[in-house]
Amino acid sequence: MDISFDSRAHYEATKKSAGYVCLKKANQKTYDRIGFMSGLEVHQQLLTKEKLFCHCPAGIYNKSEEYDAEVIRHMRPTLSELGEYDGTALMEFKTRKEIIYRIKNETACTYEVDDTPPFPIDREALQISIEIALLSKLNIVGEVHITRKQYLDGSIPTGFQRTAIIGVEGSIPLKNKTIRLIQLSIEEDSCREISDIGHTRIYKTDRLGMPLIETVTYPDCVNPAEVKEACDYIRFLNRSTGKVRTGIGAGREDVNVSCKGGTRVEIKGVAHTKWIPQLTHIEAFRQWSLLLLREQLRKIKNYESWKIESYIIDPEDYNFSYAPLIQATELQQQVIAVKLRDFKGALSHFTQPEKSFANEISDRLKVIACLEKPNMIHSESFVSELEADDWKKIAKITKSQPDDAIIVIWGPKEDMKTALETIEERCKMAFEGIPGETRKSLTDGTTIFERVLPGADRMYPDTDSAPIPLEDSFIDKLSKEIPKEVIDRFNQLRQWGIPEDTYTYIFSKNYYPLIEEIVNDLKINPKFVGTFIGHRLKNILGKNKNFKFKAKMIYHLFAFLKENKVNEKIAIRMLPELVAHPRMEFESVLATLKFKKLDAEEILSKLPFINGKFEANKKKTDPGYRINWIMGQVQKTAMGNMDLAVVEEKVRNMISQK
Amino acid sequence: MNEDFFQGYKGDALATLMKFNARVWGQADIETTRGKFVGTILPRSENDDDQHIVMKIPTGYNVGIDIKTVNSITETGYKKANYKIPEKQFPVTPGLPHVKLLGTGGTIASRLDYRTGAVIPAFSPGELYGAVPELADICNLDTEKLFAVFSENMGPKQYIALAKAIGKEIENGIDGIVIGHGTDTLQHTGAALTFMCQNLPVPVVLVGSQRSSDRPSSDAALNLMHAMKAAGQSDIAEVMVCMFGPTSDEYGLLHKGTRVRKMHSSYRSTFRTIGDTPLAMISRKEITPIKKTYNKRRNDRNVKILPYFSDEVTMLYYYPGMKPDIIDSMVDNGYKGIIFVGTGLGHVNRELYPAIERAHAKGVHMFMTLQTIWGFVHMFVYDTGRDMMAKGIVPLGNMLPEVAWIKLSWVLGQTNDAEEVKRMMLTPVNDEITPREPYNGYLVLQGGVPEVESFIRKVHK
Repeated sequence: MDISFDSRAHYEATKKSAGYVCLKKANQKTYDRIGFMSGLEVHQQLLTKEKLFCHCPAGIYNKSEEYDAEVIRHMRPTLSELGEYDGTALMEFKTRKEIIYRIKNETACTYEVDDTPPFPIDREALQISIEIALLSKLNIVGEVHITRKQYLDGSIPTGFQRTAIIGVEGSIPLKNKTIRLIQLSIEEDSCREISDIGHTRIYKTDRLGMPLIETVTYPDCVNPAEVKEACDYIRFLNRSTGKVRTGIGAGREDVNVSCKGGTRVEIKGVAHTKWIPQLTHIEAFRQWSLLLLREQLRKIKNYESWKIESYIIDPEDYNFSYAPLIQATELQQQVIAVKLRDFKGALSHFTQPEKSFANEISDRLKVIACLEKPNMIHSESFVSELEADDWKKIAKITKSQPDDAIIVIWGPKEDMKTALETIEERCKMAFEGIPGETRKSLTDGTTIFERVLPGADRMYPDTDSAPIPLEDSFIDKLSKEIPKEVIDRFNQLRQWGIPEDTYTYIFSKNYYPLIEEIVNDLKINPKFVGTFIGHRLKNILGKNKNFKFKAKMIYHLFAFLKENKVNEKIAIRMLPELVAHPRMEFESVLATLKFKKLDAEEILSKLPFINGKFEANKKKTDPGYRINWIMGQVQKTAMGNMDLAVVEEKVRNMISQK
Repeated sequence: MNEDFFQGYKGDALATLMKFNARVWGQADIETTRGKFVGTILPRSENDDDQHIVMKIPTGYNVGIDIKTVNSITETGYKKANYKIPEKQFPVTPGLPHVKLLGTGGTIASRLDYRTGAVIPAFSPGELYGAVPELADICNLDTEKLFAVFSENMGPKQYIALAKAIGKEIENGIDGIVIGHGTDTLQHTGAALTFMCQNLPVPVVLVGSQRSSDRPSSDAALNLMHAMKAAGQSDIAEVMVCMFGPTSDEYGLLHKGTRVRKMHSSYRSTFRTIGDTPLAMISRKEITPIKKTYNKRRNDRNVKILPYFSDEVTMLYYYPGMKPDIIDSMVDNGYKGIIFVGTGLGHVNRELYPAIERAHAKGVHMFMTLQTIWGFVHMFVYDTGRDMMAKGIVPLGNMLPEVAWIKLSWVLGQTNDAEEVKRMMLTPVNDEITPREPYNGYLVLQGGVPEVESFIRKVHK
C-alpha cells in the first residue's frame, strides 16, 4: 500500500472522468452519452376486503411488537436455483439466516405461514386486476395460471410468491412517446421486515398475502424524467379505477436501470415517484463509473488469475484506537487484513456521490456475510481510522507493495470464510463489469446492495391451484365498467382550462370523477372546480389531515349552494370549516361565517356609504388601496351572494366617476 | 403425428393444435382475438378442460389461451424438455454409520425443472447428495427403490415387501434403515412394520414431508437429516416416525409407530404421539430422549420378520342411528374381523345388538376402539358396555383405531382361533396398548417440548 496516496483527490478525479454531473445539470445529451435505459415494475395494492388466497382481512396493520406467535424458518436454495454447484457450496450456504415470522391472529392465519394450502383466488381482486389490464391495453389471457416465483430472502414464508399473468403486451401514452408494457400480473404481497441484524431477520405477516398487481414496462425510458412520468401515469391509471389502496406503501416501484455496456440493476421498493429521477440518474452513473474502473483493473498483469491474500491480525501487536476494532478485540472476534494485489486507486474509485468502490464491498459484507456496519476499514478511506504506524505494520505483514490495497475486516470467526469469499467475489466481478443486483434506495438518491439479482428461471406452476378460465363474456362485461382513459382525462382537464399544476394532485387522489360529476350535474365553472380542488383543498388538507373529511362532500356542498341560490365562491370560505368539522351542516357553516342572504342590489347600494367611510391615508394615496379597502369591507357580505368580480367592477366605476 | 407431441391435450384443444400443426414444446406465436401471445406450448394437466392451450411466456410465467379466440398458431422452434437431475457421487466417510434408504414412492427430495415446472424426484444417493449434501456428514448412504406408489395406495402387499426388505438389510449388517413414505398413511405403515419386524436390533425410521421439497421452505431436507441421524446414530431400535416437532424449522420428534397419528391435514407438525409422550426430540446436533425406556440398539442380527396380513378385516366408525344391516352386510361379504370405533368410552347403540350377536355366532372377531382417540376403552362403566362385551366385543384399551385395524389384519394372517386372536390382540408388541397414561400423555402441543413441560407444571390442566 501507499501511505501517501491522496484518496480524496483520486475520488474526485474518477468522478470527473466519469463525467458525473448532478441531476439538475444533466440533459438528454448527458444520458445519450452514457446510454441511459430504464424500465419499471409498478406495484399497486388492490382495495379488497380480504387477502388474495385466504380469508384474512386485507389492509389491517400491526405494530412490530404486537404479535401472538412466532414461527422460524430457514430458506433452502432448491437445486436449480444455483445451477451447477458443488455440494459443499450448498452445505455452507452463504447467508445462513434464521427467519422469524411474527404472527398476529387478527391479520394472519395458517395459510400465511404455509401450514394450509391456498383457498381459491379472491374474485374481487381478480376483477380489479382485469379492469386495470384492460385500461393498460393488454392482451388478456384466456386462462389464469397461478405460478410460484421463488424468493429466498424469507419475505414470503413459503419461499415463493403466488402470482399470475392477467395480460401481456400493452402500452401507455406519455406526453411525447408511448411506453410499451410487457405484462401485468396479480400477486400476493410480501412480509414487512422488522429487523435484519447478524444472522436473524424478523418479519411481520400483516401485509403478507394482500392482493397486489405489478405492471412491468419495457426499458423504453431514456432519461430520469421520463421514468417518473411513466410511473406517474401507471399510478394514476391504477387509481382512476377507485379500486386500489392509497397511502404509505400501497404503491411501490422497482426501477430497472442500465447504462451502455452495463447490466440491468433493479432498485427495489421506491415508495415515492419523486425519488425516481435522482435514483436512476445516480445508478446509471454508478454503472458507467464501474465500467471505467474495469478498464483500469484490466491493466493488472494476469488479472484472470487474480486472488486475494488474507492475514490474521493479532490486535495485541497494534495500538488500535478505532472503536469497532477495540470492541471486536474485546469480543475475541477475528481481525483479518486482506491484500488486494495491484488494486491501488480502486477502493476510492468514484461510484456514487460520496461513495466509492469500497462501499460496494462493505454493502455485500453486511448482506452476505452478516457483518454489521462498520464492517471494514481500508487503505483508501477518506478519514484514516488507523495510525500510520499500524498501517505500516499491516503493510509489512501482508508484504504489500505500493500498488496494492488493503482491507481490514473483523467479526465472528465463523463468518470470516464467507466474508473473505465475498470480498474476493466482488473484486473479481469488477474485472467483468457490473454484477446483476437488486439495490435498496436511500433518501439521498444513492443505493446499496440488497441481493443478487435472481434469474428468470425461478417460476413454476402452483400445483395447489387450478387454472381459472376467463370467458369473453366476462371480459366484455368488465370492459363496459372501466373508467375513461387517463390520457383522455388529461386532455379534458386541459380543455376545461384547469391549470396543469393541479393535475398530479387530482390524479393521485383520483378526484377527476368528482370534478366531472360537479361540472356535468351542477354546471359549475370547471376551472373554478379544478382549482378549488387542486389548490384550495390540497392546501387545506395538507395542513389539516382530517381523515373523516370525505371529498365527495364537495359535490354535496356545491349542490347545496346551487339549490339555495348561493354563489359558489362562498365555498372557498366554507371549506376550512368543513374540513375541520366534517359533520357540520352546510347551513351551520354558513351561520358560523355570519353569512346573510342579501340580493345584489342591496349590497351594491351600500357601496357609496362604505366609500364615504374611507379615510385617506397620507402614505397610501393610490386608488388601488382605496379599492382594496372597500372590497375588504364588502367582501364578507358579498361572498356567496354575488360574484365578487362584479362588485369590484362597480367599485372601480364608482371611484373613477368621482 | 405421434401422440407424444400433445401431452395431456384432448378434445377441442387437441384438434386446435393439430389444425395448426403445433405441438407441445414448440415455440409458437399464437394470434388471438385478444391479441398475440408468444411462448412455448406446455403439456396440459390431464384433468384440466379441453378449451385451453398452456403456454410459458418469455418472463417465465404460464398462461392459458382460450382456443375459441385462436386465429392462428405458428411454430417458430422446438425444444423438448430434459428431465435429468444432476448426480454427484455420495462420499463414503469411514467411521460414519451405514444407512439404507428404502423408497416407497413419496418424493422426499426432488428438484424442479423450471422450463416445464415438473418436479423431478431425487432418490439415488447421488441425487440425494445433490439435493441435501448435509447427509454426507451424518452417514454413508445406500438406497433402494422398492416400489413407486402414492401414500394412499400403500397396502398389505407393500407392508410385507417392506418387512422382508428390512429383514434382509439387517441380515446384511446395516446400522439403520430409513423409509421414505408419503404422510397420509405413514402411521398405518408404522404400525404394520412394528408388528411384522419384531426384536429389531437397529432403528427403522419412517419419514415424509408435508411440503414438497421443491419449496425453499420445505420440511423435507430437515426431516431427512433428522431421520438419517436417528437411523444411523440413535440407540432406539424401534419402528419410528420422524417428523417436525413444532412447525418451525427447529427440531423433529421421534414417535413410536404404534402411537403416532397424523392430526392436521396440512401442518408441518402434523404427527403427534397419542396417549403418551413422543420417544425423543431430534435436532441436527443431538437426540434427546423423552421416554426413559425403549428398545436399545444391539449388535446381534436376531430380528423376527412376521410378514402376515389378512385382507378380511374392516373398520366400522359408529354414528348415532346406525342400522344393523351395515354389520350384516360386512359379515355376508366375508369379513372375519371388525374394529369398532365407538363413542365415549366405547359404545354403539342397542339397535345393533342382534347383528353383533349374529356376527359373533359366525365367528367374526370384534374389537372396540375410540372416536375420542385419547383415553382408554371402558366397557364396565355403563350397562351398554357390559352388554356388548357379553355379545363378544373385546375392548382394546388405548389402542388407536387404525393401529387396531392393522394389528387384527396381521393377527388374522396368522390364526383364526378366537382365544389366540384375543390373546395376541391384548398382548402389546410395542405399546399399542400402554399400561398407564402419563399426566403429559394427553398433549396436542408436542411442538414445544421443554416449554410445555414447564407449562403443565405451572398451570392447572
